[in-house]
Amino acid sequence: MSTISEAEVQKVAHLARLAIPEDQTTAYVSKISSIIDLVAQMSAVNTEGVEPMAHPLDSVQRLREDVATETNHREAYQAVAPEVEDGLYLVPKVLE
Amino acid sequence: MSQDAISALSLKELHDGIHSGQFSVMEATDTYLDRIERLDGKLNTYITVLREQAQQQAQAIDQQIRKGELTGPLAGVPYALKDLFCTEGILTTCGSKMLSNFISPYDAHVATQLKQAGGVLLGKNNMDEFAMGSSNENSAYGVVRNPWNTNCVPGGSSGGGAAAIAARLAPMVLGTDTGGSIRQPGSFCGITGIKPTYGRISRYGMIAFASSLDQCGPMAVSAEDCALTLNVIAGFDERDSTCANEPVPDYTATLNDSVQGLRIGLPKEFFATGLDSQVAAVIERAVKEFEKLGASVKEVSLPNSHLAVPVYYVVAPAEASSNLSRFDGVRFGHRCENPKDLMDLYKRSRWEGFGEEVKRRIMVGTYALSAGYYDAYYLKAQKVRRLIKQDFVDAFKEVDVIMGPSAPTTPFKIGEKADDPVAMYLADIYTIPTSLAGLPGMTFPIGFAADGLPVGMQLIGNYFQEARMLNIAHQYQLNSDWHQQVPAQFA
Repeated sequence: MSTISEAEVQKVAHLARLAIPEDQTTAYVSKISSIIDLVAQMSAVNTEGVEPMAHPLDSVQRLREDVATETNHREAYQAVAPEVEDGLYLVPKVLE
Repeated sequence: MSQDAISALSLKELHDGIHSGQFSVMEATDTYLDRIERLDGKLNTYITVLREQAQQQAQAIDQQIRKGELTGPLAGVPYALKDLFCTEGILTTCGSKMLSNFISPYDAHVATQLKQAGGVLLGKNNMDEFAMGSSNENSAYGVVRNPWNTNCVPGGSSGGGAAAIAARLAPMVLGTDTGGSIRQPGSFCGITGIKPTYGRISRYGMIAFASSLDQCGPMAVSAEDCALTLNVIAGFDERDSTCANEPVPDYTATLNDSVQGLRIGLPKEFFATGLDSQVAAVIERAVKEFEKLGASVKEVSLPNSHLAVPVYYVVAPAEASSNLSRFDGVRFGHRCENPKDLMDLYKRSRWEGFGEEVKRRIMVGTYALSAGYYDAYYLKAQKVRRLIKQDFVDAFKEVDVIMGPSAPTTPFKIGEKADDPVAMYLADIYTIPTSLAGLPGMTFPIGFAADGLPVGMQLIGNYFQEARMLNIAHQYQLNSDWHQQVPAQFA
């Protein structure tokens, strides 16, 4: 019995924006299940009262003055884009 | 000086040879470019070789050195970068088809540092796609082979860089380590490498995999070479919000300190079932060498370390699924043909651009973060992660450093674990605990198993104790020549 179902794999694939073909769903079910089973080992540990660790040094996010520090690099950054026009990124029509 | 003689020099000797006029930066650069051309066909350690650019850089640096404008320890020293460091105007693939056309518009912090120090960039090293892998079989640019046995993997994910050092196709490279990606390939290839404390080096311009774990570090023949490199790349950079604002010592200043009185801890969990007996024997012999040098040895316990792999395979994929959402086919990277709408563009571009292991981890991470599962997976993993860190905090009350294997086995055969992700994940069983704790870890070669393949010692220090760790490895290297050995067909 797999830990994750075919329907769940397709749902997660949608959330992850991955077009997994129907005929490969089964393969994903078995590989993802084996990884989920591996990580499930940690559920046996008692973590009551343990503070979650988000940062190895328990540092907090550094703040800075709210001023512009970056200069405009639009042309350089858009030079590597698949499709641009007049400084805008092009995608297929969103509204009919 | 002959090319063979130049390729046997340490970074300090390279610097001294160049600055005393024995040979030029151009000769040093050509030495490595010629070796790459002649030998890399057997290994595939480079995705991009920058012959013309490196020669232009070498010529310019030769002039600057002659005029006395560049004098630093890395001035004129050739090096290579793992292909996940952004390099302005140079292809940066991260081992992925997704970025097969990505010419980075800017330099990573460490690339800038090495450039300013007068280093000569030879090229970009092969790697597991997006740094996900322990064998370098997950590269869209082909597998990398281990110079000690070309039927074996070099480890991963910084496998290209590790193999390049072992075959003397670069005197120094930068890799990155998220769960062992400097230490495990370093061990498999018989070289020295250090993953510093999380935050020691800026991650700016390092293509992100798991942001609470990723750290860059040098890989080279010796601890001394790593120390010289760390001097140039460590330190605060405001462009990385998690970069530590801690003083940077001169990592070479304490290399010659004695290890007399050093207290070494051996975690009993690292010597239990799962460790190859031949590897264990080599480790034990090296520990005895340290005792001869005046260190004391004591057993310590890291009782939660068996949970490190499970925790890591929640934390790392979860963070990766978020980080890799930027590859959407819109702003950079691969875009599918004829998308029928925006959703189709996202989904097919990502499906086509990412390789199998990357997609698996994005799926696992997305699942772990999805509604209804967050508490059971990501939050739980963060809690167990603290328990793993606490084990180290407790151990460091009793000992100065921890030693153990970098990897449970010597290098395995290409293809051996390719169809079993979970078996592959266990290759990092000894390096992942250190990564989760954010502690510095290094590997240095301590001999060979009966199969003729190298074994690495993992050395784990307390936070920001890189200088002490490099000192300890250097003292070992003054008393051994394992790090000097070169695989026969690359000698």
